Amino acid sequence: MKLSISLLLLFIFSTSCRQQYPQGERIYQTYCVNCHMEDGTGLGWLIPPLAGADFLQSNRGDVPCIIQYGHKGGINVNGIIYKEPMPSFRNLNEVELSNLINYLNTAWGNDNPETSPSEIAKALELCPDK
Amino acid sequence: MFSRISPFLLFALGLWYSCQTKSQDRPPLPILGNYEVVNGDTVYHSIPDFSFIDQDSNVITNDSFAGRIYVADFFFTSCPSICPKVKKEMLRMYEKYHSDTRLAFVSHSIDTKRDTVGRLKEYATNLGVSSEFWHFVTGKKSEIFKIANEYFVSALEDPGAPGGFDHSGRLILIDKDRHVRAFCNGTVSEEVDVFMDQIDFILETEY
Repeated sequence: MKLSISLLLLFIFSTSCRQQYPQGERIYQTYCVNCHMEDGTGLGWLIPPLAGADFLQSNRGDVPCIIQYGHKGGINVNGIIYKEPMPSFRNLNEVELSNLINYLNTAWGNDNPETSPSEIAKALELCPDK
Repeated sequence: MFSRISPFLLFALGLWYSCQTKSQDRPPLPILGNYEVVNGDTVYHSIPDFSFIDQDSNVITNDSFAGRIYVADFFFTSCPSICPKVKKEMLRMYEKYHSDTRLAFVSHSIDTKRDTVGRLKEYATNLGVSSEFWHFVTGKKSEIFKIANEYFVSALEDPGAPGGFDHSGRLILIDKDRHVRAFCNGTVSEEVDVFMDQIDFILETEY
């Protein structure tokens, strides 16, 4: 009996862990999924993947800038240069960006450290292309 | 011993028979669009003559697809809405069919101003596809928009739409007689699965 209750609790815990950033996922479905795809794999060498993307970790501070202000001129993800421009999403605030980036950092098997609205705000101040 | 085997044998025979008759029992794909009867003959809607330029600067006409079926769609390279999803689905189809010489793809750019031959070449190269199989074409804007109607695809310039153009993500199957035989919404994987089944069927029964 005790074992089955613990198993049940473990199941509830593990399923609740999988859906940590529902708001981030909603934002992804609204603004990102058309290009980066449902499974985060991107498109050929045109649109970079987000699933398993080294860029999310190696260029942590650039991620909010790219989403907020867009990007042109190529981006290196997992050793491939993707040249399609990324549109800007200036309507997203720090909290929304934080939820979205936390979703990207944990979806599709990604396992990157969490970010916060204050970290996002600091990163946005340092963006090169505003 | 025979009595034990016979039900299995019968089942296997039945399965074999059902497989044999499957494509015969299935009706052919319809010819889509309006038709008229002229002197007792039915004249179906067919794709009129066209002439466009592809990513290798080759002229692409109806003759480029002579004796083949082809899949057509309308897009533009900077499209921020449905195009990448449609291209992802077409890429899935490409993986399956690209070595089959009975089939080809033609993607028409509706942004003829920005999508130059060079831009289309870059796009196709970065998609990783062969220009023998998949033609990305451009041409006179009025002619591209006119031919879209012939494929039953809506495409129009709309400053309010994402990227400046409003268009559908429809994929259209054209047979060797220029007839439209099937279509699907290229943004929906399940519809594309059915579409591929229709392509397999037409290849099996008409080529």
